[in-house]
Amino acid sequence: MRHVLSATVQNVPGVLAHVSGMLASRGYNIDSLAVGETEDPGFSRMTFVLRGDDRVLDQVRRQLEKIVTVVRVDDISSRNYVERDLMLIKVAVTAGARRTEVKELAEVFRGRIVDVAPDSVIVEISGPEAKIEGFIDLMRPLGILETARTGRIAMVRGSPPTREWTHAGDGGRPADAAEASESLA
Amino acid sequence: MATIPRPKSTEAFVTGADVVVESLIRHGVEVIFAYPGGASMPLHQSLTRASDRLRTILPRHEQGGGFAAQGYARTTGRPGVCMATSGPGALNLVTAIADARMDSVPLIALTGQVGTSVIGTDAFQETPIVEVCRGITKHHYLVTDPGDIARVMREAFHIATTGRPGPVLVDLPKNIQVAQVVPDYDAPMNLPGYHPEARRPQPEQIAQVAAAIRRAKRPVIYAGGGVIAGNASDELRELVRKTGIPVTMTLMGLGAFPADHPLCLDMLGMHGSVYANYAVDEADLLLAIGVRFDDRVTGKVADFAQHGFIVHIDIDPSEINKNKLVHVPIVADVEDALHALNKIVEPPAAGLEAWYEQIAGWKQADPFAFDTGYPGILAQEAIAALSRLSADRNTIVTVGVGQHQMWAAQFFKFREPRTWVSSSGLGTMGFGLPAAMGAKVAHPDALVVDIDGDGSILMNIQELATCTCENIPVKVLLLNNQHLGMVVQWEDRFFKGNRAHTYLGPVDHPEASGRGDGISPESRYPDFVAIARGFGWQAETISAKADLEPALQRLIDAPGPALLDVQVPYQEHVLPMIPSGMTVRDLIKR
Repeated sequence: MRHVLSATVQNVPGVLAHVSGMLASRGYNIDSLAVGETEDPGFSRMTFVLRGDDRVLDQVRRQLEKIVTVVRVDDISSRNYVERDLMLIKVAVTAGARRTEVKELAEVFRGRIVDVAPDSVIVEISGPEAKIEGFIDLMRPLGILETARTGRIAMVRGSPPTREWTHAGDGGRPADAAEASESLA
Repeated sequence: MATIPRPKSTEAFVTGADVVVESLIRHGVEVIFAYPGGASMPLHQSLTRASDRLRTILPRHEQGGGFAAQGYARTTGRPGVCMATSGPGALNLVTAIADARMDSVPLIALTGQVGTSVIGTDAFQETPIVEVCRGITKHHYLVTDPGDIARVMREAFHIATTGRPGPVLVDLPKNIQVAQVVPDYDAPMNLPGYHPEARRPQPEQIAQVAAAIRRAKRPVIYAGGGVIAGNASDELRELVRKTGIPVTMTLMGLGAFPADHPLCLDMLGMHGSVYANYAVDEADLLLAIGVRFDDRVTGKVADFAQHGFIVHIDIDPSEINKNKLVHVPIVADVEDALHALNKIVEPPAAGLEAWYEQIAGWKQADPFAFDTGYPGILAQEAIAALSRLSADRNTIVTVGVGQHQMWAAQFFKFREPRTWVSSSGLGTMGFGLPAAMGAKVAHPDALVVDIDGDGSILMNIQELATCTCENIPVKVLLLNNQHLGMVVQWEDRFFKGNRAHTYLGPVDHPEASGRGDGISPESRYPDFVAIARGFGWQAETISAKADLEPALQRLIDAPGPALLDVQVPYQEHVLPMIPSGMTVRDLIKR
């Protein structure tokens, strides 16, 4: 099953290395990992997409929470959320019908051409994973030169969660004990 | 170099190194095991200025210092502190740090680092030690602003000692150590992601456990290192007084419950007792307390305690359902949880007489045993004799890793927590002697004995010098079989006895290829008595049964550091044994 985890982490050197190192050393397979600063420069948000059963997910979450600089981890897969991936894709087309085809398809996908060279164009496109994959499939016969993607970022719809994590040592994380008490047997 | 805010008035500047040392003192540190080098000299200079308040011990290898700090921490529950210079010095601490992580030992490791202006340039003795240690510490810091030192030290001690304890590394570049700074020792910690205090037992879960105990007919307590780290040994004993539930312990848990108690089932797992493993297998209720369902305990994990309702109490949420799915997972401080349970618990309604009878039968049929008729000295016999002769003393035992470690776990009677010091999770050879050193420093009035093997002790033999020069009178009971006994045992069991680099004498001896017919006294190697004496130790060697008790008594009574080399056969196997990944039904008794 596909899961999207959203983690708030302290914006300190090494936190990305720590998180990715932990995931690698415990053998968890991550489809996508995106990091960026939040509205508070003291914190960053990491968005993970991973596949696995509930037990794997549970372990990944707890191992993440165990990292001291990881403030909070939410599995937002079961909630109503928006997910986006930004891609730049360079396609080998010269002036003519094929370039027009790319332009039209980009419009259908609400993308836009951001660079035109004599023998290629770059299209910028964003959206959920399936849309991005769909566009890649359409461009493949035309000749993809290169792609660059940000990885998935996600956000729950509606009111934001309370920002208790911005206050150091202030009982931030939801009670681990209460969550762990769900009997899994 | 980072900029320092100018002081408002006449506030006193001190060096960064002084802030580190003062922080140690303010956190109650009384001893640090530190090996100097270029990048940690300012720290050592500062230590000399605080020598009346903080003892600095010079180990003879950084790894020895790391394990000595562990010996101190494991026997006191207070954080152990070690220090090394940058590069090779820091790297020599790595094994001790990983070891502390596996066994949840509160350890503060300080390392010198090259100056911040040359970090990343492959400077002399530069190693990115924080990168190296990321996965093996509980947390780690590279200090790049001298103004952060006091806060970082506060956080380091807080993190190392709260929740599930563990090692914290603080890497201190040389320019940070010499920078002038006005320290604020009360600087608030900035740990928004660290909340060990949130883990409280839920009353409804405690009630669930009490109900399960009430229903149980064949309950067993499986107690681990968490009971000792959580100072919950008294609550555990109270639980047993109230319920009559028998207790088995992991290697890390030994001492949590007295070995001579009638309800003690001794150690479980690969080399645990037959009766403990049978009891866990037959149990209808398993109370797993401060444990992590390690593979050396469970064997094939799916079949472990397969008939039982399993309660798991641990302070670390990531241990819940990691290796074994359980019925009632309780994330809490073990002492808090047991305290809450003891308030409401009642003994099993149906009584436990039938269960006791069944266990007594197993105990009688297959006790831990060795061949008492053997003409020489067996390692097991030496350990049992030491246990007997030291029973009336405050005794702490440390061990290396291998057969002697398992035999010590089987045949030494531990009665109190923090009297047994073993590298259990990582299984680091060479642990015993330096760990004994740290334990002795913490407990100068205790008898501290390193029960060691001839392979293990050579890995940190240089610490014999530290014991002499720093006046740390530890004792070594060396069980010398001239082989890497545990690997030999596996060769015998699983590789048709083919010797693959497990003989520790010269390679042209027939034993090196497994063709020997016993080791003559003159072919023994090395001469541990000469080595020990060379380091200023009292030492003797014995091989005759009649010499065992008198020699052990001399070892115990020796005023200074003393080593007893006991010549034991290498053909002995540690039994019982459940081969790796198998079940109690595959248990080898002899």
